[in-house]
Amino acid sequence: MVNVYVSTVLNASADTVWSRIRDFNAMPQWHPGIADSRIENDQAADRVGCIRHFHTRDGGMIREQLLALSDFEYSFTYEILESPMGVTNYISTLQLTPVTDGNRCFAEWSAEFECAPGREAELTQHIGQGVFQAGFDALKRAYG
Amino acid sequence: MLQKVVRSTIIDAPIERVWAVLRDFNSHDQWHDVVEASRIEGDERSDQVGCIRSFTLRDGDRIREQLLTLSDAKHVSTYCIVEATVPLQRYVATVTLKPVTDGNRTFWHWESTFATPPGRERELRDMVAQDVYEAGFANLRRHLQRGADLRASSSGGAATMTTMPTALPMPTRRIAVHRYGDASELHAEDAQASAPEAGEVRIRQRAIGVNYLDVYLRRGWIPHLLPLPGVPGMEAAGSVIDVGSQVTSLMPGDRVAYLGPAPGAYCSVRTVPAAWVVRLPPTIEDDVAAATLLKGITADYLLRDLAHVGPGTRLLVHAAAGGVGQLVCAWARRLGAIVLGTVSNEEKARLARARGCEHVIVTRDYRFADAVQRACGGADVVIDGLGDAARDENLAALARRGHWISLGQASGPLAPLPPDALLAKSLTFSRPVVFDYVTTQVSLAERAQRVWTALADGTLPAPLIERHALAAAAQAHARLESRATTGALVLIA
Repeated sequence: MVNVYVSTVLNASADTVWSRIRDFNAMPQWHPGIADSRIENDQAADRVGCIRHFHTRDGGMIREQLLALSDFEYSFTYEILESPMGVTNYISTLQLTPVTDGNRCFAEWSAEFECAPGREAELTQHIGQGVFQAGFDALKRAYG
Repeated sequence: MLQKVVRSTIIDAPIERVWAVLRDFNSHDQWHDVVEASRIEGDERSDQVGCIRSFTLRDGDRIREQLLTLSDAKHVSTYCIVEATVPLQRYVATVTLKPVTDGNRTFWHWESTFATPPGRERELRDMVAQDVYEAGFANLRRHLQRGADLRASSSGGAATMTTMPTALPMPTRRIAVHRYGDASELHAEDAQASAPEAGEVRIRQRAIGVNYLDVYLRRGWIPHLLPLPGVPGMEAAGSVIDVGSQVTSLMPGDRVAYLGPAPGAYCSVRTVPAAWVVRLPPTIEDDVAAATLLKGITADYLLRDLAHVGPGTRLLVHAAAGGVGQLVCAWARRLGAIVLGTVSNEEKARLARARGCEHVIVTRDYRFADAVQRACGGADVVIDGLGDAARDENLAALARRGHWISLGQASGPLAPLPPDALLAKSLTFSRPVVFDYVTTQVSLAERAQRVWTALADGTLPAPLIERHALAAAAQAHARLESRATTGALVLIA
């Protein structure tokens, strides 16, 4: 089992950031690596169990299923059903926590997964930096 | 109805440094202005779950609190009030730290629930939130900015300083050898990493380099270096947890790597002399450091100090696709040497060529002298880790006034070499060990810096790293001994 953990501080309240990212279908609107997204079977994007079907900018197709959504804890959890990355049992959580000292929030994005032996470092780098940190960097730019 | 207070902030210091203060249940009178004096009851240690701190506040109130949870893995401390002159009832508080990986800072979350006498809810909520938590954030921030957490362990003046958090042993997971033998003699066990004494630092290790020397130690070939039971390993990388007195060059939270003449690196937390330790530049990851420090410094002293390799030097490198071999080939080629190498199979031959080895000899039976003589008329320098099985071939492969540097003995300990064996061609024989070339922190830092620079400018290739969990050290040794590996083996703690 490989674990990836990335965290940052965003200069906006947890409520503000959450309103932007809680929509499971909204990744193209805030993450620079995502080209398009749709929710399969016309389901609502905040219905636990719904599946998002999207393409990355480099053309990869990924399907992910929403496993948990909490407006109280500002978090959602999802798993990968299909992707070109070569990961299995991939479960990821994005969570915001208010920082009471200032109009800021603490953002954590983590994943655990399994992969072929020897690919751990490459995938950790790709997911941790290429996906999670790249998303955080975009949010940091958005919230100055 | 239970009241709940939550406060959180960001501290501009690495989590290890903040945690070193907060994990000590008795440290608050050193950093929190509201606390006048504090002690742990019954001579218990301040990280003993269940211990009670008894303290007075500046305004004269007295409080006794009990430590309920302490997790170094999750950076969580939970405690409750057992007795107090302030009317906080059923008060349970939790301090949680999390790393801000983007910037090496710390998120600090402090929350509690409690009951109060009717009508005093707001007053007591404000008191906890502002006078204790928010003031505590500001006080701890100032404490760290002043470096008070670093000085405390070295001042030695006040008697209270002897109970600093960092002055306690910490649990470590290690791989020990209780009987010399094959890789199956490596066993994981729990141990303690002692508090750093004068001139020492304690390191949270994340990556540990595996070298052939570790295999010799495990086999019992150098028993004086690894008495039983012993822990192998000469190098690792990670971050500083705490430092002893007289250590001025390193601070908690610093990313570091070390190389030392006493084994013991196969563990998760280790206390070592600061003289062994170098700080890592941001561009060098822990696993790269652990994969490269000993091997890169070996290449540095071999080529610079011992072999004086320059343009036209005919250099024969055995195990040219191994950890040291690849670095030596690449660096020697950049220095203008004619590089020859031996490897055991075609895949390794391709790798050695890619690293700058011009003449690659594939041999599994240690026969190479004829090929070397044909290719270049004899080697000026042989860098040899093969050992006894290759001794006659090495003598035959050398040119006049050649220099045989015996670095290792993978095939078995070298039989005694009669001086007259060198006479026929005026040969020189060296049997160096890396630790004699890094005897001061300055020399270690200089050599390490040359290695990091060579990695950064492409002189040395980024190491190919094969990672194993610390607990799977036996598997890593078996891989190394099978001659199946290319590049460097690293244990991840």
